[in-house]
Amino acid sequence: MADTIILEVARFLPERDTEPTYQSFEVPLRGDWMVLDALTYIKDQLDGTLGFRWSCRMGICGSCGMMVNGVPKLTCETLLSNFAPGPVRIGPLDHFPVIKDLVIEMEGFLGNLQKVRPWIVRKDDFKPQREFLQTPAQLEGFKQYTLCINCMLCYAACPVYGLDPEFTGPAAIALAERYNLDSRDQGAEERTDVLSQHDGIWDCTVIGECSRACPKHVDPSLAIQQYKLTATKEWFKSWLLPWGNK
Amino acid sequence: MPQYSQFQPKPYRPRMSAFWYFDRWPFLLFVLRELSSFFVAYFAVLILVQIYALSAGPTAYAGFQACLRNPLMIILNAVTLLFVLLHAVTWFNLVPRVMVREVTGRQLSDFLVASPNYFVFIGASAIVALFILRIL
Amino acid sequence: MPAAVIEAGSESAVETSSHDILLIGGGGAGLRAAIAIAEANPRIDIAMVSKVYPMRSHTVSAEGGAAGVAGKDDTLDEHCYDTISGSDWLGDQDAIEAFVREIPGELLQMEHWGCPWSREPDGRIAVRPFGGMKKMRTWFAADKTGFHMLHTLFQTSLKYASITRYDETFATRLLVDDGAVQGVVAIELRTGKIRAITAKAVIICTGGCGRVFPFTTNANICTGDGMALAYRAGAPLKDMEMVQYHPTGLPFTGILITEAARAEGGWLLNKDNYRFLQDYDLGKPTPTPVFRSMELGPRDRVSQAIFGEFEKGRAFHGPYGDYVHLDLRHLGEHKIEARLPMVRELCLKYENVDPVREPIPVRPVMHYMMGGIHTDIHAATTLPGLYAAGEAACVSINGSNRLGSNSLGEILVFGRRAGESAAQYVANGAKPSNRNHLLALAADEERRLEQNFLHKNGGTERISKLREEMQRAMERGCGIYRERNSLVENANKISELQERAQNLTLEDHGRTFNTQLIQALELGFMLDAAETIVHSALNREESRGAHQRRDFPKRDDQRFLAHSLVFRSAEGPPRIELLPVVITRWPPGERVYGREH
Repeated sequence: MADTIILEVARFLPERDTEPTYQSFEVPLRGDWMVLDALTYIKDQLDGTLGFRWSCRMGICGSCGMMVNGVPKLTCETLLSNFAPGPVRIGPLDHFPVIKDLVIEMEGFLGNLQKVRPWIVRKDDFKPQREFLQTPAQLEGFKQYTLCINCMLCYAACPVYGLDPEFTGPAAIALAERYNLDSRDQGAEERTDVLSQHDGIWDCTVIGECSRACPKHVDPSLAIQQYKLTATKEWFKSWLLPWGNK
Repeated sequence: MPQYSQFQPKPYRPRMSAFWYFDRWPFLLFVLRELSSFFVAYFAVLILVQIYALSAGPTAYAGFQACLRNPLMIILNAVTLLFVLLHAVTWFNLVPRVMVREVTGRQLSDFLVASPNYFVFIGASAIVALFILRIL
Repeated sequence: MPAAVIEAGSESAVETSSHDILLIGGGGAGLRAAIAIAEANPRIDIAMVSKVYPMRSHTVSAEGGAAGVAGKDDTLDEHCYDTISGSDWLGDQDAIEAFVREIPGELLQMEHWGCPWSREPDGRIAVRPFGGMKKMRTWFAADKTGFHMLHTLFQTSLKYASITRYDETFATRLLVDDGAVQGVVAIELRTGKIRAITAKAVIICTGGCGRVFPFTTNANICTGDGMALAYRAGAPLKDMEMVQYHPTGLPFTGILITEAARAEGGWLLNKDNYRFLQDYDLGKPTPTPVFRSMELGPRDRVSQAIFGEFEKGRAFHGPYGDYVHLDLRHLGEHKIEARLPMVRELCLKYENVDPVREPIPVRPVMHYMMGGIHTDIHAATTLPGLYAAGEAACVSINGSNRLGSNSLGEILVFGRRAGESAAQYVANGAKPSNRNHLLALAADEERRLEQNFLHKNGGTERISKLREEMQRAMERGCGIYRERNSLVENANKISELQERAQNLTLEDHGRTFNTQLIQALELGFMLDAAETIVHSALNREESRGAHQRRDFPKRDDQRFLAHSLVFRSAEGPPRIELLPVVITRWPPGERVYGREH
């Protein structure tokens, strides 16, 4: 293995540029370095103006999502030597506006999270003495969807989101399903208004790239298809049994 | 020069290229999968025409068969066969990706969920083939 | 690449906004405080300033669990005793009693808000054993408890319209008028705009300062911002010398391998495959874990034992230093997948080791600050209008050593208390503000940021170099074992670094998302925190809990059954005062693990 590797990193400064360009940096190639280590090396030793987000460096905070050779990755979990001899192209996450260098605008994503009402909704006044009883099987029913770290790699992987930024998107819909399937929640009906929309689940054409990109195996695509079935059943029920279940 | 006024940076908004599906193989496969539905529709129409020709009498049917022997039709139908196979394979492989967890309990592997579709497909095709080849 | 330089206008460009209560920090404690205020009084206008989006806060990395008395055979007094003895009697017993009493209710509230606690087969919440605890009382959500708690709190906080968030906004200075804290000056990262956010009360929940040390479980963002902000504003910090080393971190990255791995039955082995903890008065080895014994001992003692193995030459040698083994192989794949899936994932990804088949290389790494901003049991600091909660604060319930699974509870109990105290303070008619004075202070801060950082050219010191020198000095001089000479040398080094930090060279003079400016400001905060740690350590001439002095190896209750309060001096080293510990029902005793008292 060679001593060094070239990183081609996207640069964009709104005060100076109208669009991003790529700048090359030569960094040491260490066997245990992640791509993030190379980026912090650049910032510390070569060019302090490079802008990127990172925090936990252990794949749990979701800050460091970037495009690595065209594939959305968490740079803190992506081994640098996998790309030897290089060069490696690092860019900001696809399908998001770019604020600077590798930093993207996240406000739209947060809006999507907010609009699906991601909290426990109770319709009745029942308050258990201690905890709501929930068996391990009931927990399994939604546990996978609780694992989302909000890294937005699924949005970068989804061409539908790229073509239609109004699409609620995989992570937000998976989060809604997380609450819909939680045995303690009673808000499924409320969330239908937001989800069963043209820019909600029906925008999804089952490409499946979101689940492939997900570093936490949340499988948001399954959540969306699961909800399509639920939404369809509810729609039939609403006109076959209009007075039932009210 | 960019239009920048102090404290109001304009973010860069990337545009997806019109040929985005050539960027990555899974995207191209997806687009071909979607396009295959045209060929499936065409094939359904072809069968309807065939049934109509059958009910309109032996001359009409002979005319239909002659049409099918046209080299252009052979090419079209060969391509249609490929696309219909692609359609079947991609949809069979999707079944485990969209199966609702309450039904499978998530303990069944993808193979166990997808393979019954293949068995039925191959079995049904075998039976039809036996009829066509005059064995049955 | 040359960076653009934007000329500052001659007038102040500070944008002002005003709220009732301002929170700095959007992690577990901050979100809990915000929700507490919003529920107590929906008419209170709450602002939350955080330098990252809330779900990135370091609470997200916590793994093991949160302790709360739940079972019928467990009592509040026992949890108190475990915590008090764990703290080596430096914890304030009134605070601990209140904490232990309130925590089960808080954990249940989390459950009602949707936190996916792991369950028993009958649907009740499951508990697991944890280090230093006599009974099983640690609630857990697989091995991602902090992650689930943070996301539950963040998603629940989205319900309340009275919370306005200023995300990716970096607080640089508290606004203090006539001794009362009335707001903050902060940089909005996205635009570079400087904001003055005024409020009747401010709550600091900014977490710890692990990045002062080279090997740490802490994220990049843990730079002691809030501690330094309070310190500079005149509030004392407390027990800063109490720095917790977690026994099991991965050697290169410092990534945490949760104590739960030991609670589920993992063994610590030296290079001779020997469970060495038995040599350090931590009990006798048994095949399955015994409470408060061996691998379930408290973190300070276990870290000190591992360090002892390093010194005896009985550890493995690696490219990043010595390490020992954490062996989980005997637990079996099924148990590891069910109870410790993230541990397996982390070991595979970062060390290329599968815990099911091989032992994990581990070493003690800096993990938690028991010390922090001095508060009373209502989360109030000595400055009117200023409150603090979570790791940034020191109440103190953790004393000189924190037991695992007490900090996730701490952020809930004291987050809520801080919120309620601040809401009460505001309802009682907080101190009226002198708006002009505050704006003048803000303009002054804007000038400081521009002159010393943004428009500064030249300079000779690189931020990364000073940071590394600070970290190396702290590890050498103020690590697990300390003594006078190394501490004095360390204190001088920190002083020298603070001087040199006046002459930083900054390449980034842009306004948009200038993370180098943030790094420079964080370096200043970290050096302040380091200064308080070293001087407090120098002053405490005894060994207690996580603070071990080779020159004063015994605990000295005569002189030091007291907290170290460190105050910033205008010139020269900080001033230290002692504050006696509050003792209620548990007079100081011997700290015993692994054998009967």
